[in-house]
Amino acid sequence: MNQNLYNYILGVADNSLILGQRLGSLTGHGPSLETDIACTNISLDLFGQVRSYYQYAAKIAGDKRTEDDIAMLRKEREYVNVLLVEQPNTDFAYTMARQFLFDVYHHLFLTQLEKSKDLTLSAIAKKSIKEVSYHQRFSTDWIKRLGDGTEVSHQKTQEAIDSLWTYTDELFHQTEADKAMVAEGIGVDVTALKETYYKKVDEILNEATLQTPESKWFQKGGKQGIHTEHLGYLLSDLQYMQRTYPNMEW
Amino acid sequence: MTTTEQNIDEILIPILEKVSDPEIPVLSIMDMGVVRSAVIENNIVRVEITPTYSGCPAMDVIGDDIKAALKAAGYDSEIELILAPAWTTDWITPRGRKALEDYGIAAPLNAEADKDVLLNGKRLVKCTNCGSTNTRLVSQFGSTACKAQFQCDDCQEPFDYFKCLK
Repeated sequence: MNQNLYNYILGVADNSLILGQRLGSLTGHGPSLETDIACTNISLDLFGQVRSYYQYAAKIAGDKRTEDDIAMLRKEREYVNVLLVEQPNTDFAYTMARQFLFDVYHHLFLTQLEKSKDLTLSAIAKKSIKEVSYHQRFSTDWIKRLGDGTEVSHQKTQEAIDSLWTYTDELFHQTEADKAMVAEGIGVDVTALKETYYKKVDEILNEATLQTPESKWFQKGGKQGIHTEHLGYLLSDLQYMQRTYPNMEW
Repeated sequence: MTTTEQNIDEILIPILEKVSDPEIPVLSIMDMGVVRSAVIENNIVRVEITPTYSGCPAMDVIGDDIKAALKAAGYDSEIELILAPAWTTDWITPRGRKALEDYGIAAPLNAEADKDVLLNGKRLVKCTNCGSTNTRLVSQFGSTACKAQFQCDDCQEPFDYFKCLK
């Protein structure tokens, strides 16, 4: 099996799985019916994308592994999502700030993955980008509305951006699998997205009357499987049924 | 894989037309444009379907329903889910658009108008109840991944709008 390609796919897909799980847990808990439905719709899109990626990864693995095994039966240290997406749904401002900081990246990333020499990855990217455009519109709209809203919404959103900022730099770190796949024309060179990302985020934060944080201290580790405390709790929720009733089907 | 042409054996069309989207029962999967090819090879029907949205939970059911419909007509079948080329709302047939409207779901506008109603608050979507375009966006996301929620400010009816996907 092509271990680099396998690892690369997980690096892309795990972000969507974990963010999808975070958003999915808002079902019935959104601040309003419309936002509740929106967050869970976005979750569903992300899970759909994840299925395509994991099905492909399972095919590459070539053993008995299935998409469900990959999603449900890895240990915490084997998930390689970025730290940003595992941060909790602290409040709606926090949830939207996390979404916005990821969506801008996700859209830029997929625009490049579309050009991948790997036809399956390119097809998934072309499909996903249409959905992610809607996600980005939604979260950008909310950042502007909350930032340029009331004193309280402005303050909460600024605090959320300040708090999550430390996780943004990791989006642009290359793993070994990244390097190998970029060399083969399959993977996306994330380092090349960094400048556009921060420029775009800065523009939208300005429009939202929010300050772009200046801190240069960034957290990392997710891509190597070293996570914040939050991931373990999320996984215990995500994996409960498969661990308790192995091989159960819905 | 770049062609948008469908390759469907004529004998199979009447069978496939009877299968509908479980979330929108009035809409045949053929009018929806999700069947990309259906050919008979050595007495087995090979069907390729493509999802509207990646996470569309209806796809598994649609696959099962196709299998059952073909079985009832005496065919064994294999269903494959393909992603390229990606589905677009342009593939919904005129008959499909009418079925949507009759069911109470406004059919997708063109890409530009779609952007205007979803982002810029323009009033262009026709109310499925009274036909007025004095309608407004309630939420960009609706009861399924493919729809947004609207309300008519004349007759007050809330309704779904099928979002343009290009």
